[in-house]
Amino acid sequence: MLNQFFHDPLTLGIVQAVIAALMVLATALLARQQRVFFIREISVAMLRGLVQIVCVGFGLALLLKVPFWLGAFILLGMATIAAQMTAQHAKHLPGVFLISFIGISLGSGLVIGLMTWLGVIEPTLTSLVPVGSMIISSTMRSNSQALERFRAEILSHERQIEAGLALGATPKQITAPYLQATVSASLLPHIDSLQSLGIVWIPGLMTGMVLSGASPIYAALYQFVVMALIVAAARITALVTTTLIRDRLFSPADQLLLHLVER
Amino acid sequence: MKPKAADVPLLQTVHLSREIKAKKIVADLNVSVEQGTLLAVVGPSGSGKSSFLRLLNRLDEPTAGTVLLGGVDYRTLMPASLRRRVGLVFQTPALFPGTVGDNLQFGPRQRGESIPAAALASLLEEIGLAGYAARDVGRLSGGEAQRVALLRTLVNEPQVLLLDEPTSALDASSELIIEAFLAKIVQQKALACILVTHKLAQASRIAQQILVLEQGKVTLSGPTAEILPCLTNSSTIP
Repeated sequence: MLNQFFHDPLTLGIVQAVIAALMVLATALLARQQRVFFIREISVAMLRGLVQIVCVGFGLALLLKVPFWLGAFILLGMATIAAQMTAQHAKHLPGVFLISFIGISLGSGLVIGLMTWLGVIEPTLTSLVPVGSMIISSTMRSNSQALERFRAEILSHERQIEAGLALGATPKQITAPYLQATVSASLLPHIDSLQSLGIVWIPGLMTGMVLSGASPIYAALYQFVVMALIVAAARITALVTTTLIRDRLFSPADQLLLHLVER
Repeated sequence: MKPKAADVPLLQTVHLSREIKAKKIVADLNVSVEQGTLLAVVGPSGSGKSSFLRLLNRLDEPTAGTVLLGGVDYRTLMPASLRRRVGLVFQTPALFPGTVGDNLQFGPRQRGESIPAAALASLLEEIGLAGYAARDVGRLSGGEAQRVALLRTLVNEPQVLLLDEPTSALDASSELIIEAFLAKIVQQKALACILVTHKLAQASRIAQQILVLEQGKVTLSGPTAEILPCLTNSSTIP
């Protein structure tokens, strides 16, 4: 309906963004009546999100002009920022930035490499960067969930862990059930997404492909491959990060360094 | 001349200390425990009794001094191997989810072994838990859980047994059963046993040696018969 009034796509986009922002602010005002105050936070988040995504738009326009190999550096930069952001939630854990970076880079790197080899990602920057960013973003979420869940598992099972150590178990043996629970829990949102694919939601990637004229069947298969590989990337990241952080929580003499997980 | 194995106490602490933020938790302890001996450690709350046991099992690291196990510095041993030889039973049992049998098999399973069901049944019977092997640990009382925790450490066949108030959740009659069991097993298996207790009566019943800790330091130590009269006259003992 708005496009009847605004014919220039850029102007139309700005008006749509303003209306969307007003809608979110309206919900924040409604929540305020219930004494839930988050107008400032939501305003900052919206502004930040808007600036970032517009910058990405400019960036993608530039991508059409730069060589393909630069894609690796762009994705590495994204992985670094993702690690930095996830590490901020768990500053108290030792070496959390480096561990997150390794987990995110390994999880997303292996899967992006496999996807490029399979031809799911075309060897062009306009294909590599958007799909790569989806995978990195997914591994970042998985990384954050894994860090938080593993910390909670260690704190709530402190007595059992020390009892196991006192009986001659190694940290690897005694934390195995908590590591498994952590990896499973961090995958739940991804598995839910995979299970509800096409029923509860139709992902943007598939929608975009159909809108730009691709065969809906091919778009559906392509979307499935992307989603399945995202689960694989998330699993690798959760496993690598949890294993590396587990090793930091015990001393060389297999003592639980509990003060590292207590905030 | 190198001392003979028979001359060396099974467990010996050498200036053992632990300090946290300039506070001495355990200060310069020099203690020896021979095979087949039960040493009771008594002292007021916060005197460092439990911290002392954690140092012996190396769950915490000494900030000074060390522990000799059969004359060997315990820092040279693999932690898992050391802890199998120096078993620690906590005051709070911390059993693993599953059955009593699963808990008792925990130690042996870590090294790919298992205890025959008949042997487990016999051990359970000895501590008043006959027929409990298949019982879920969630259905145990505090006292039963404490006994399972004790047995869980014993099936690991330690040389040194460290007990932190192992009968605190037991009634008087169960306490006597466990004391008799402990006294027997310490002799039978020639264990060096250290028992942290608040109960002087318990120390007097089963300990050959008593050590009194206050603010992390030894204030009294010696044979039970010599130390007990001093303790009953003292106002600082719990």
